[in-house]
Amino acid sequence: MLDPTHPLNGLGTAFGSARAPLPVELRALNYEASGKLVIDNANLKIETRGITAIMGPNGAGKSVLLRLMHGLIAPTGGEILWGGRQMDRELSRRQAMVFQKPVLLRRSVAANIRHALGLRGVGRKERAIRVDDALKLAALERHASTPARVLSGGEQQRLCLARALSLEPELLFLDEPTASLDPASTLAIEKLLIDAQRRSIKIIVVTHDVGQARRLAQDVIFMHHGRIIEHGYADSFFDTPRSEGARAYLAGGLVL
Amino acid sequence: MTDFINAFKTALGLIVTLNPGLVEILFLSLKVSLSAVAIASVLGFAIGGTLAVYRFPGRGAVVAVLGALMGLPPVVAGLLVYLLLSNAGPLGVLQLLYTPTAMIIAQVVLVTPIIAALSCQACEDLLEEYDEQLRSLGASPRAIVLTLLWDGRYRLTSAVLAGFGRAIAEVGAVMIVGGNIDHVTRTMTTAIALETSKGNIALALALGIVLLATAVAVNAALMSVRRLALRLAYA
Repeated sequence: MLDPTHPLNGLGTAFGSARAPLPVELRALNYEASGKLVIDNANLKIETRGITAIMGPNGAGKSVLLRLMHGLIAPTGGEILWGGRQMDRELSRRQAMVFQKPVLLRRSVAANIRHALGLRGVGRKERAIRVDDALKLAALERHASTPARVLSGGEQQRLCLARALSLEPELLFLDEPTASLDPASTLAIEKLLIDAQRRSIKIIVVTHDVGQARRLAQDVIFMHHGRIIEHGYADSFFDTPRSEGARAYLAGGLVL
Repeated sequence: MTDFINAFKTALGLIVTLNPGLVEILFLSLKVSLSAVAIASVLGFAIGGTLAVYRFPGRGAVVAVLGALMGLPPVVAGLLVYLLLSNAGPLGVLQLLYTPTAMIIAQVVLVTPIIAALSCQACEDLLEEYDEQLRSLGASPRAIVLTLLWDGRYRLTSAVLAGFGRAIAEVGAVMIVGGNIDHVTRTMTTAIALETSKGNIALALALGIVLLATAVAVNAALMSVRRLALRLAYA
């Protein structure tokens, strides 16, 4: 069925992507909401090409950090640099984000992807090609005209991820993308992420799942109480965590 | 009691035989109210969508005023448009008073706040869910408004329905700016008021039955469209 010589077939060739500029850099980043410091003086330099996992207990500020890096919220202090450039609107259009709870429009599966491409100003002809690619990527070809919101949870998240990838982002954020999915659906998402990373899309993922971080991440950022406690290679983080918090978190996931 | 029964029989006779006078009044009523609702929908969707998405000083006040205007008494709407269109008014030169156009304008004034307020609510509810995702996709505020209006299309049909119900049933506004002129500006509601006071109960009753049936039919049609679409899109 798949013609291997066709450039659009095969998962490995769908969606070209420019090599993401690096590093992603946070300098003395603060974010204050209703008098509370949610992000407290975050300094960080992500230089790895692989997948970066952000871990930490609930309320550590992981999701907020992701939103700051994506430009959805503005920091109250400090700065975010990407490839040496200050984050701005133009830069955030070269990024994409997948949220914990799939947000799908009340339209068909294909229309959801088409709409996103339209918002990014992708031309009509190119749009049709990328919609087909995304459907194939998410293994949702059969459901192209199904209302997106009747899909199962796993299918919905696959669609969200394929929609994000169809934008050909250079940097992709994911906020606990598999938190409510079963193992098979989680595996499907992880496969897509590994595949995307091979096409030199820089991926930063928030996850609570230690197994998932071990499977995917090249480096791990550990957060606690709005602070970045540790940032190191995944192997050394999991084998010999330096901080008390990370040790406790990895031991039982219970950090108070 | 026999008077009523006779009146009822005569009324049914008028309907069944498609009495020309009755049909003329019915069509004028539909023309005025459907035109008004069409115009008010375009205005109302634009106002409601904009209010849901854009943040500006005084937005809260505008939303509150809109909510209050949902209960605008038709006679007051009629009076406002009368003042605008009367010979001494700012738009007097247009000579629109006592024409169907004047009645459409009055009903637009009456119905636009209803459709705007209900669309604003529908869009706000959707925005809560969509906001981050749409901004992540790089949507401009204008694109967000359009997305919300399209995705809220089933709730917007309810808004239009509420507007139509208001327009077709009101008598005060069309009476004041239309004047209830036979063959020109006589609608079902103004005719019912006139025929009842003249003691011509049969015609009034016939008109009342037709008015009721019209309202029910339009409601049923829109509801079934909505239900069908709802099932298709699972919205």
